[in-house]
Amino acid sequence: MAHQGTAGYTAGPSAQAEGWQEIVTDLSADRKAFRNVPWGKAMMWLFLLSDTFVFGCFLTSYMSVRMSNTVAWPNPSEVFALTIGGAHIPLILIAIMTFVLISSSGTMAMAVNFAYRRDRARTAALMLATAALGATFVGMQAFEWTKLISEGVRPWANPFGAAQFGSTFFMITGFHGLHVSAGVIYLSVVALKVARGDYERKGNYQIVEIAGLYWHFVDLVWVFIFAFFYLW
Amino acid sequence: MAQTAIPTGTYDDTDHDEDLGDGHHEPRSFITKYIWSQDHKVIAIQYSITAMAVGLIALVLSWLMRMQIGFPGSLPFIDPERYLQFVTMHGMIMVVYLLTALFLGGFGNYLIPLMIGARDMVFPYVNMLSYWVYLLAVLVLVASFFVPGGPTGAGWTLYPPQAILPGTAGRDWGIILMLVSLIIFVVAFTMGGLNYVTTILQARTRGMTMMRLPLTVWGIFVATILGLLAFPALFVSGLMMLLDRVLLTSFFMPTITSLGERLSYGGGSPLLFQHLFWFFGHPEVYIVALPGFGIVSDLISTHARKNIFGYRMMVWALLAIGVLSFVVWAHHMYVSGMNPYFGFFFATTTLIIAVPTALKVYNWVLTLWQADIHFTVPMLFSLAFILTFVSGGMSGLFLGNVVVDVPLSDTYFVVAHFHMVMGVAPVLVIFGAIYHWFPKVTGRMLNDALGKFHFWVTFLGTYAIFFPMHYLGFVGIPRRYHDFEGIAFIPDSARELNAFITVAALVVGAAQLVFLFNMAWSGFRGRPAGSNPWNATTLEWQTPETPPGHGNWGPRQPVVYRWAYDYSVPDAEQDFLPQNYPRPAGDGLNPEAPPEQGGLLR
Ligand code: HEM
Ligand SMILES: [Cu+2]
Repeated sequence: MAHQGTAGYTAGPSAQAEGWQEIVTDLSADRKAFRNVPWGKAMMWLFLLSDTFVFGCFLTSYMSVRMSNTVAWPNPSEVFALTIGGAHIPLILIAIMTFVLISSSGTMAMAVNFAYRRDRARTAALMLATAALGATFVGMQAFEWTKLISEGVRPWANPFGAAQFGSTFFMITGFHGLHVSAGVIYLSVVALKVARGDYERKGNYQIVEIAGLYWHFVDLVWVFIFAFFYLW
Repeated sequence: MAQTAIPTGTYDDTDHDEDLGDGHHEPRSFITKYIWSQDHKVIAIQYSITAMAVGLIALVLSWLMRMQIGFPGSLPFIDPERYLQFVTMHGMIMVVYLLTALFLGGFGNYLIPLMIGARDMVFPYVNMLSYWVYLLAVLVLVASFFVPGGPTGAGWTLYPPQAILPGTAGRDWGIILMLVSLIIFVVAFTMGGLNYVTTILQARTRGMTMMRLPLTVWGIFVATILGLLAFPALFVSGLMMLLDRVLLTSFFMPTITSLGERLSYGGGSPLLFQHLFWFFGHPEVYIVALPGFGIVSDLISTHARKNIFGYRMMVWALLAIGVLSFVVWAHHMYVSGMNPYFGFFFATTTLIIAVPTALKVYNWVLTLWQADIHFTVPMLFSLAFILTFVSGGMSGLFLGNVVVDVPLSDTYFVVAHFHMVMGVAPVLVIFGAIYHWFPKVTGRMLNDALGKFHFWVTFLGTYAIFFPMHYLGFVGIPRRYHDFEGIAFIPDSARELNAFITVAALVVGAAQLVFLFNMAWSGFRGRPAGSNPWNATTLEWQTPETPPGHGNWGPRQPVVYRWAYDYSVPDAEQDFLPQNYPRPAGDGLNPEAPPEQGGLLR
């Protein structure tokens, strides 16, 4: 690499600093504020930060509407119960859905691991498994929606209590479901490209990790929705 | 202006270490070059032209409103409903579709890659999408002028319940289009904003540390982060109101009896909307102010040939203002009623923001102190900005206090305050910035005489418009009123003052047409500018071609050795040293100094 007139220029931080000092040197370096973080990954982190504020606003609004409501809030354990083989089990579907989604984070993490070992076949398989688990989640959510709708729950009213129950439920789970669906498509596309060997040429599998970041985020958001919506 | 070739540092960047960015190809046809372009400079121009075109609509609306207030009934088609529709569209277009889009989509896109020495944004394709989605948002908004019932007349704050109730203009279609358009705008902004922040953080050229960034980039950087965190609240509240309007949910709608009939709404909270809206709305003020702060810092430094006073302080002040702007939103809600302790909290935080802001003003003044001030058009606009921002900021100190705000709220005092501080002040910066960077964008200078004419009419004219409004506010004249006939407490002199304001508004408006003419004419016939007409230090003036070609830097990217403010350097060949001017051995500068003041990077 040819340099011209670089007198007085020393590239980046040379000495290996530690702890806080390392962060300071990183941030005050030239070219990149976060060393070794590729553009796509930095951009994904920023997007997730912004998206956190979206879900933050959704959940805060939900809490505010629920707390200021004068009509009794429906009991989630009752509303989200299923009768299976004669047994009345509260929250059973949600428990399974949550389990499925959290497992999918596990398969995703394994996919990232195999991607760094450049094991194309396993990476692609695990990503497709993740996408399949995600699709299962969306399918079960569709089932839950259908059930509630058949019981008369609507965005504008429901037979169990405060109308805002249905409004917030459909809006927030719907918005989250869209995130999962988008993730399923995103993961499938990347998985196919991995399988096809598109990233072999440069030997760079960062994209798998970036897709993984998105997926873990969507999972994490679900944990909050689960806690605030179903357990409260 | 004489140009001596200055030896500058460059490096060959063929060893691209980024492979996740979109492949970047030289555009071939007219279409890929100027229409579906991924080049940040073309996108910037597309953003700017679109924003100015909608801004023109907002300007015409302001004339119509002023005609009605100054000369009631002179334009008979302006009935009360239309008046409110004009107020709403004027306010929303000015704040969101003009200022936000022009500062970030326009200046951000053009200047970020050039000022940090990059070849483009990190993801040019996403950047291109951002513009087209923004254009879609604009088209949806403009479409609301043509639907049955016309655009919404809810006021730019769109407060429910009235925004979606029968009886409010545009309740059938206008409000839906407005909300959809805002949601689309947020998507467009996010795509652009992620690009700007990532580019500044991760794609700077060699030697360009964060603390060597020109303050323009810092201002745009902090403003974009504010946008990424504040627009979500607008997105969510817009979506919820859309559901309230279309699906009859009751997020924001309490039990309401309208025209003797009980509506199906019930149990929602109008205050929730206000909180969400202002959680977006207050940072939004800074989204249009911070890029202005940054640009003004660079303009006065360049045109006064002096380094900016307190660079580090300026950066920290930007960051402090950015953080604080998220904890003051309820100062817009004093009259909505709140716990007195909340009022106390929000009044306190509001006044605290004045500290970093005042610090910036002092630093600008100290930069100008004993400087070699060239009264060029950009400098005139910058000086006008400082004055206007201070006078608008002063009335803000009053409105930040609960007891003073309550009687003044919803009067023309508020109209005067926000027009000074977030209307006129940022617009003055935009004009200054256009006069400053037009030569780089087109290769030609804007006409100076027309520019000075434009400046004096705009500067004096806006004071003639908005200063008297403070008095109207003290008298108690309410805002968003179609006419004041038969209101006993309003003295006749107020009517005369209103007529005077209207005449001033029309004159100022006409001056903007002179400006548009100047741009159109100088773009083709203006004096050729050369590559660095203002003898500025920042990288965008050091490009091998003017206007910069695709990829900005030719084969070799610049290397940065110093901060952006080496003006009036003793013993230098010219009186300034560009950022990519190499440090000669034994140049007398202290290598132990902080890097932004010429010390070595370690
Ligand atoms: C020559 C320039 C301008 C004139 C003559 C003008 C005039 C007006 C008038 C007459 C109103 C309505 C007052 C009322 O009845 O309450 C108004 C409202 C408003 N203007 Fe301007 N304006 C100008 C520029 C701007 C700019 C540059 C901005 C950018 C921030 C802006 C933002 C607003 C906002 C946010 C409102 C409030 C809308 C509402 O109440 O919903 N204006 N302006
Ligand atoms: Cu505010």
